[in-house]
Amino acid sequence: MSRILETAANPRDLRRVVIEPVTRVEGHGKVTLLLDEQNRIHQVRLHIVEFRGFEKFIQGRPYWEVPILVQRLCGICPVSHHLAASKAVDMLVGARQLTPTAEKLRRLLHVGQMLQSHALHFFHLASPDLLFGFDSDLERRNIIGVIAAHPDLALQGVKLRKYGQEVIRHISGKRIHGVAAIPGGMNKALTVAERDTMQRDIAQMVAWSRAAVDLSHKVFESSEHSPHFGVFPSNHLSLIGSGGELDFYDGGLRARDAEGATIFDHVDYLHYNRYIREEVKSWSYMKFPFIIGKGSEEGWYRVGPLARLNTCDSITTPLAEAERQTFRAAAGGGMQHATLAYHWARMIEMLHAAEEIERLLEDPDILGTDLVTKGERALEGVGLVEAPRGTLFHHYKINENDVVEKANLIVSTTNNNQAMNEAVRQVAARYLDGKKLTEGLLNHIEVAIRAYDPCLSCATHALGKMPLQVDLLDVEGHLVDRLVKGSDGTLTCEQA
Amino acid sequence: MCPDSIKTFFLDGREIPFREGQSVFDAAMTAGAFIPHLCHNPDYEPHSSCRLCTVIVNGRPFASCTQPAVAGQMVQSDTPELREMRRVLTQMLFVEGNHYCPSCEKSGNCKLQATAYDLGLQDNHFPQFFPKRELDASHAEIILDRDRCILCGLCVRVSRDVDKKSVFAMTGRGIHTVIVVDSPSGLLKDSKVTAQDEAVQHCPVGALLLKGKGFDVPIGERIYDKAPIAEDSVAKFQAREAHIHG
Repeated sequence: MSRILETAANPRDLRRVVIEPVTRVEGHGKVTLLLDEQNRIHQVRLHIVEFRGFEKFIQGRPYWEVPILVQRLCGICPVSHHLAASKAVDMLVGARQLTPTAEKLRRLLHVGQMLQSHALHFFHLASPDLLFGFDSDLERRNIIGVIAAHPDLALQGVKLRKYGQEVIRHISGKRIHGVAAIPGGMNKALTVAERDTMQRDIAQMVAWSRAAVDLSHKVFESSEHSPHFGVFPSNHLSLIGSGGELDFYDGGLRARDAEGATIFDHVDYLHYNRYIREEVKSWSYMKFPFIIGKGSEEGWYRVGPLARLNTCDSITTPLAEAERQTFRAAAGGGMQHATLAYHWARMIEMLHAAEEIERLLEDPDILGTDLVTKGERALEGVGLVEAPRGTLFHHYKINENDVVEKANLIVSTTNNNQAMNEAVRQVAARYLDGKKLTEGLLNHIEVAIRAYDPCLSCATHALGKMPLQVDLLDVEGHLVDRLVKGSDGTLTCEQA
Repeated sequence: MCPDSIKTFFLDGREIPFREGQSVFDAAMTAGAFIPHLCHNPDYEPHSSCRLCTVIVNGRPFASCTQPAVAGQMVQSDTPELREMRRVLTQMLFVEGNHYCPSCEKSGNCKLQATAYDLGLQDNHFPQFFPKRELDASHAEIILDRDRCILCGLCVRVSRDVDKKSVFAMTGRGIHTVIVVDSPSGLLKDSKVTAQDEAVQHCPVGALLLKGKGFDVPIGERIYDKAPIAEDSVAKFQAREAHIHG
């Protein structure tokens, strides 16, 4: 379908329209559209224009620094990187099973982050489009407009995010870039006072999260766009608990195809690279992962809230489980493919996070002091978590001197790379094709990207793997020399 | 006013008593006046290499850690010029090494970081050098991360004078000066160093650390989370003085 819009046949004859920067997303990206004289669209691409390269400069550092170092990838969900790296490092120190307290503290930290990140996205970034309309007055279509029109709702969003940040602070010492997980466990026990402080407001957070689910549900059901805006079949991938339940922190990998058939299930993520591979394209710093068994053309998949609710069989907390059932029923019990359903799924997850915080705070283990365990050392570790934006892979190999030799990160947003490109192509083809472009119409493209809550800065890691071409031209513009670097790093020189 | 039997000098106009043989630095710290410093550890012989503790004595600059206190001398330390000099010296240390505080185990316990906060550093000011320095992780228990080294020479002195092993030395000149290890291979694993050596315990910046130990101390419980370096150093110095001299 819209995938044919990835590369135009004759790009030089076409007019170029650029949306840059894409706004109300984390990080920096741009969208380019190539149109002919009749405004027919021939090419649409989401480009990630910033560059990080963490995989490279982790190399040569001692392994115990890695969980702290990699969380600087992101200011929104550093906890995800901290925990995924810590799980990988647990393997390096032989901590196959954490103490109950350490695991529950990590889970509490993680759901605290899920709560704050989802609240940030829905209330601050997405709600202006959803509440006012995709092509509503630009002056009003922002968080200030939401505060003016819906002050109570905006305040709830701020307070939900603040609560999640406070959970993170109590466990890691700081709201952003704290230190909590160490090889084989955690570095600090939770005090009774900290537990009591968090318990004081949690009932309110659950109530506000329920209201947010209702709102997102209502917006989805009532929007004229929902049935056809960025709706396309795809595979879906996530971690899954041993009983098929939604699990943000641990479990096996499950992938389902567009019809809901299982592609693989309960895969030990240590062997993820037998199932997932990454493709590099010359026009983006972000890689394109795919399920090996289905090939790069058919094997791309979606991750994140929509994928998790499509892959899981249940949610362990009652209020969120009831909402999940309603969510699945809306898709006739099958797979939900609507891009705009991401918002609804995200709020159901936020409700689950709030309920899970409440449950963990009532668990006596959460105040335990047995925090660290270790075992037989290993030279390779893989850690996966479900970050707010989707499945996050951290993979490290160290040498006998404890220094990282190789690192591979597949960041949540990277997993959604092809899906976001599909979404913008589908939306461009449906809403923009043949029309005179306006700001409101172009915002439809951004709405499609925003639904995935991409963190573009996290997702750029193709250092040394980008295919590049350098042309040397003479003063008349004739090609004199060309140096081409392939995606495998091989250099070839072509002379005119 | 101190009694006539007690010798004193004046530090920034304040009368400071001292014992015979005490340095300006030691007397000032004993009296509760903080002088920024990096290479000096009062448990070991002073070295006067970092120059951060420079003061003006009777109009001339001296490193206070090696400058003997003399009765009646006029010493200036807390002046705009000296504060600026210390700030610039500290900025140069940051740009001449590779100091990544956010991922450093020593963060919160690091004298360089704490001194930078004390001096009000907002940025490095100078262009970063990004030198290439070798990490030595060959030893089973110790890691030597030259990126963090500020060439204070403390490990060299302590290994030589206390551990009696002379494991560490400095080689090269100027910006190319680095710490080297005395062993056939030049690696820690082939040297006489052990994790129990005094030289390994006192690196002010985490260039020498015990392996596998990282971030065990939670944020809020690290040395300079509890008190800024001026307060912490003076308190520890006074406690040490009280312990030794009663």
